[in-house]
Formats: sequence, C-alpha cells, structure tokens
Amino acid sequence: MDKLKELVADQMRSDFPAFKTGDHIRVHVRVIEGDKERVQPYEGDVINIRGAALNKTFTVRKISSGVGVERIFSFNSPKIAKIEIVREGKVRKAKLFYLRKLSGKAARIKDKNAK
Amino acid sequence: MPGLLAKKLGMTNIYSEDGQIIPVTVLEAGPCTVYAVKNIDKDGYESVQLGFGEKKDKKVNKPQSEQFKKVNLKAPQFLKEFRNFETGQLKVGDEIKADLFKVGDKVKVSGKSKGKGFQGVIKRHGFGGVGGTTHGQSDRVRAPGSIGASSYPSRVFKGQKMAGRKGYENVTTRNLKVVKVLSDKNIIMVKGAVPGSVNTIVAINK
Repeated sequence: MDKLKELVADQMRSDFPAFKTGDHIRVHVRVIEGDKERVQPYEGDVINIRGAALNKTFTVRKISSGVGVERIFSFNSPKIAKIEIVREGKVRKAKLFYLRKLSGKAARIKDKNAK
Repeated sequence: MPGLLAKKLGMTNIYSEDGQIIPVTVLEAGPCTVYAVKNIDKDGYESVQLGFGEKKDKKVNKPQSEQFKKVNLKAPQFLKEFRNFETGQLKVGDEIKADLFKVGDKVKVSGKSKGKGFQGVIKRHGFGGVGGTTHGQSDRVRAPGSIGASSYPSRVFKGQKMAGRKGYENVTTRNLKVVKVLSDKNIIMVKGAVPGSVNTIVAINK
C-alpha cells in the first residue's frame, strides 16, 4: 500500500492554511464557464473534516438568504484555488452537524480569539 | 490483441484535469520477457509467450527448467500466451513494457476473481429467495425453492443452480480506460475495478 501512496503523492496539496472544524473560511473555487476560467469565493463554517490522504474532504456550511447551504470539497482538489481563514471558531466537537437544527443567533459559532 | 501480464497493486483515486476524481486500479505492468514466438509455418498460429516475475530455481520443475535453459532465460513466475502481436518484429528475450499502452486506450483485464467460499443461491446465482417471514414461515427467506418436478422426471436435472463454491474463477472486465502510464516505474492505471484481490496476476489486453 505504501507504493500506492507514493504514486499519488504528487496529487496531495499542502498549500492551504491549517483550518479546523468550526473555523469560518473562504474557499476560492475555480469555475470553468465555456472556455473561460474564473475564481468564485464560497464562505462559511467548516462543520466536518473527514477522511485521510486523497480521500480527505471537508464540509462548509453557510446560510444563504435564509436557506442553509452545505458544500463538500475534496481537500486535494485542483479546483480549489485558495483557502483563507476568516475567523477561528471555538467549538467542543469535531463534527458540527447539530448546527443544522439551529437557526438565527443559536447557530453562531464563538470566536476563539474574542475576549 | 497485444497485451502483457501485470500485478494488481490496489485501488486509489486520481484527479482529472478538470478536477474530477477518477477511481483507478494501479497495475504493475511488466516488464514481460518474450519466452517463445510461435508462427504459422511451425505452429499453425501466431502468438507470443510472455513471462512475468521471477521464480526460485528449486521451485521450477525439470522439464520447464530445461526449456528455459534452452532460451537462456530465468524462470518466470507466470507464463502466458498472447495473440495478435506483430510477431515478425519480436524475438525471444525481448522485453515488453508498460509503454505498450497509451493514455485513453480501452483495455480488457482478465484474472481470477476473489474466492468467496461456499455461498447460497442468493449470492451465487442471484435468486430472490422464497418468501416472507410471516404466516408461520421463518426459515425460507434465502431458500432456493423447488429444484424440479416430481414423478416425472424423478431426478434433478444436470446444471441445476444450487449453493456451492463461488468466486476464484476467470473473469474479464472489458472497456477499461487507461488513465495514466508511468513507463519508468512500469505502472499503468485504469479507470474502475479489475478482477481479483491485491497481488493477483492479471492479463491486460488491448
């Protein structure tokens, strides 16, 4: 199996800042329209990071005009141009699926660096 | 079709150019050595015998070891005949490498499937089972049902599908697309699954 890992090692990405569950991040996604390529930002809270190596994915949840939207990104995807950490969150769980049941003020995540 | 022998190393993912994940099987393809070239004049048909891997000397039986000595080659772990090579250009001792295949080629991969042991008719032949678990019935859910009529023919027909050993048989998966070829490492990657477990020897045909 080590041989397999070696073969796909060049596909792994390590150019992202280390974000954690609960962080508010901005993912810059490459979008191809016809023959043009542009970068579209997608901003939200990381509610799930799962998998390892090439199978690693993370879920970003945001509330878009009152509707909850979740997007799952493949961690090593070449479609991701850049990731920025907007705000670090203070959370006590690794998976924040409980946020789906909450709305409004209850669905906020505390800022880790807030005093 | 020309082809070669390969060892299944396992499955993984790679990304395509547009960012899609492709599930791939990684195969250690060759290098295979030509052990014999058969031609129409002498053998009645054209083919090439390819060997893959190495075998310890004490594991080789005498008739075979004599045969390999004659062509001055080491005993291979596996030996298989492939048709449709351009036999005129090949001679004994030549090596066939992974660069036989190009990205985008459609290939057939054949090998022995994983052994599943003694299995019932539902898993082995795709039967539907007999009935439900209600109306006093409790042990017929995965049963095969009737296996024939009564006084005529008073026997069970040959070939009646029943429970038994499943798997470890020759299986060919067709139309697998070659996604990546690393000829310096003797690796090819095909999209999708191929028969057998990891370390199975499979034959790749164009």
